[in-house]
Amino acid sequence: MQTDTPKSVRPKRTLTEISIRYGFLALMAGLLIFFSVIAEGFASPYSAVFIFQSVAITGILALGVTATLVVDGFDLSIGSTATSALMLSAYVLVVLEMNAFVAVVACLVMGAAVGFINGILIVKFRVPDLLATLGMMFLLIGLQRIPTQGRSIATGMTLPDGRVAEGTFSKAFLSLGRYRFDFFIENLIPVSVIVLLVVGFLVWVFMELTRHGRLMYAIGSNSRAASLAGTNVNRYKILAYMISGVLASVGGILLAARLGRGDIASGNNLLLDSVAAALIGFAVLGAAKPNAFGTIIGALFIGILLQGLTMMNAPYYTQDFVKGAVLVVALVFTFALSKRGGAH
Amino acid sequence: MQNIAVELANITKAFGENTVLRGIDLELHAGQVTVLMGANGAGKSTLVKVLCGVHSANGGTIKLYGQAFSPTTPSEAIRAGVVTVHQSINDGVIPDLDVASNLMLDHLARPGSGFFLNKKKNFAEARKIAAAMALDVDVTQLVSELGLADRQLVAIARAMAHEPKLLILDEPTSSLSAVEAKRLFVLLDRLRASGVAILYISHRMSDIRRIADRIVSMRDGKISGVFEDAPLDYEGAVKAMLGHSMTNANIQIPQAGVTVMQLKNIVLREGAVPFSLDLHANEVVAITGLVGSGKTDLADILFGLSNPCAGEMILKGEAYAPRSQGKAIEAGVFLCPKDRASNAVIPDFDITKNITVPFVAQHSKFSFINFRSERKAAQRTISDLGIICQSDADDIASLSGGNQQKVMVGRWLAEDSDLLVLDEPFQGVDIKARRDIGEKIRNTALGRATAVMVSEMDEALEIADRIIVMNDQTVVGDHRNENIDLKLVLTQVVGQQNKTTGSTEYAN
Repeated sequence: MQTDTPKSVRPKRTLTEISIRYGFLALMAGLLIFFSVIAEGFASPYSAVFIFQSVAITGILALGVTATLVVDGFDLSIGSTATSALMLSAYVLVVLEMNAFVAVVACLVMGAAVGFINGILIVKFRVPDLLATLGMMFLLIGLQRIPTQGRSIATGMTLPDGRVAEGTFSKAFLSLGRYRFDFFIENLIPVSVIVLLVVGFLVWVFMELTRHGRLMYAIGSNSRAASLAGTNVNRYKILAYMISGVLASVGGILLAARLGRGDIASGNNLLLDSVAAALIGFAVLGAAKPNAFGTIIGALFIGILLQGLTMMNAPYYTQDFVKGAVLVVALVFTFALSKRGGAH
Repeated sequence: MQNIAVELANITKAFGENTVLRGIDLELHAGQVTVLMGANGAGKSTLVKVLCGVHSANGGTIKLYGQAFSPTTPSEAIRAGVVTVHQSINDGVIPDLDVASNLMLDHLARPGSGFFLNKKKNFAEARKIAAAMALDVDVTQLVSELGLADRQLVAIARAMAHEPKLLILDEPTSSLSAVEAKRLFVLLDRLRASGVAILYISHRMSDIRRIADRIVSMRDGKISGVFEDAPLDYEGAVKAMLGHSMTNANIQIPQAGVTVMQLKNIVLREGAVPFSLDLHANEVVAITGLVGSGKTDLADILFGLSNPCAGEMILKGEAYAPRSQGKAIEAGVFLCPKDRASNAVIPDFDITKNITVPFVAQHSKFSFINFRSERKAAQRTISDLGIICQSDADDIASLSGGNQQKVMVGRWLAEDSDLLVLDEPFQGVDIKARRDIGEKIRNTALGRATAVMVSEMDEALEIADRIIVMNDQTVVGDHRNENIDLKLVLTQVVGQQNKTTGSTEYAN
């Protein structure tokens, strides 16, 4: 009987495989070089930090989307979870006049609860994921308006019962949005960027290095097989939605700290932008699957493109068009060119 | 003799290296019901797909009333008069439309049938079709409001609107009750009388006894027996389908060890006869029976996928009733499920990850995976089972079916178990891989109880120390695999003549 001893050498990669693997990163490098040459001031630390800052909140939400995509789910409620956290933190600080710590904890608990309810709707009541989270999205958009009768929250506003809200956004809370760490240059890196990098690293470690991440990928690929291998599929799915909910509320907290008021109208673009970043992430390194590293690269890619175009004086209303175009190109990379995506 | 409706000569079909049909010669006569029997993977469904235009044959010819017939699409086959009713009832009807629209669907889909819908005319036409088929339903009713049998009859009525020359029915009774099936048979009697050739695929002996004029058995992509003399030789047909010719089973039956699993008065489904069964350490037990005999139900209760209706299970002296698959695995009961594509393979994972899925916790510390230990385990499995691959990081999809199956079996051999249940481990596997897998299962059997669900007799004889026969959701035979009385085994597989004319087989 012929038993080949398995060798650990990977087969040689063909040109297509190389381009699928590194094509997107090469494109991004090309873009960086292009803007550095064309747009004056693009290649500076401040510009780099600005790009990171512009995508930090989107990126954090996108990491939550990634977690649900891994278990073959989808969370449409992240945008409204983030704005709910924004309103909740403002409510706790301004109306209830409590401190920053309480506000942050309340938001995180709310995010986890929203994720848990999403998960229960999906695994116990068998509502399809898109519909369950769509329902949750509407519910939250409505809910966050009820306590203040649809108005934004700021110090000095009149409450429904006639009182005047005396609370303020405390310094500690605002510093989450406004403090900058020194990094070679004084006051360079904002908190949100650090949070993005830390959360990104943690999600990456969880998904790639732990058995929980492994089993979540197994569920996403063939949930029946994962279940027959003894995996508690429902528990992991709920966990994924809870991760998504918590990360969305982290985004909301950072947004509230940056704005300094409970602005009812902000955060409209969060859902679409973060979904786009997570999907663009499929194309990075030819992964053809949701992954934390790719998601961050995807978010940065959009940030670089928009920053570069803005510095070249492209009008703001072209931004969504550019994002859409990037997303379509990335999806072609993932599904048409890669073997895994195309071999159906 | 009767006139020949369909004539197949030397039909061959291969998917890549996997040859599924190896030269089929078959005649189907007008006004006759030909039952086609064959175990899983014998090539029945491929043959049907060649006839109804889903696949085209690699070689050979088909003639339909003397005319050459080689459909390339299903609609071409239907136009030529070959109509198929598939196993899944809802494939044949559209539940959200009314009966009339369903019956007239092919007419509506035809180009040039008018832009606007004439409901009145539709209903009238549909009533005509229904009446011609003695179909007693209100044509304005939605199909989703009908019972399964009526849906099935609507699907067949729809097929009949094409005035078929050959009607193919793929396990049409698999979700029907006995009463519902009777109505179907009455309809088939009428069709037979009107001169349609009918090819009827089924595993149910009671159906076959009721409807067959002729039985054709298939095995390994070939016709292994044609039975047409009355009275039909049912046992012979089953024997031809299961086969037991080529195996020189050389089984050394070991000393049976302690009783690992005791099943006491288990009832698998409402109304089934209770049975008891002991599984011992060191022993490999093959559990055999036709499709629907209860093999898979038994595997399911052992692994906690469903609960028995009655009776108790005792694992190593303690009551055993796992609430989940995870609990079953913790208790030391492993199941390698059948149908690997939907139940076992994780398509996005490489070989290593596929092997370690159930036991990734064993390769982790504080939840962090030890990749080296994982790879070592995978490489051990690869060399133990002779899995042919370039490296342990190959995509699972790049492996052949046999090697994929080895990965799936190897997954459950990687850790020690008290009871290992393998449901159809040889499904869609070539003879070499089958031998490798069987050998590996036997060589590792010491110290654990092993139960292997198989439908082919060869496989049972090749692997088992003991062969259990199931029929009608219960155990009907228990044989030591030594000078075994094959005729008796086959009789038990087929079931008792007088008993199966009743309704017990329609337990669902």
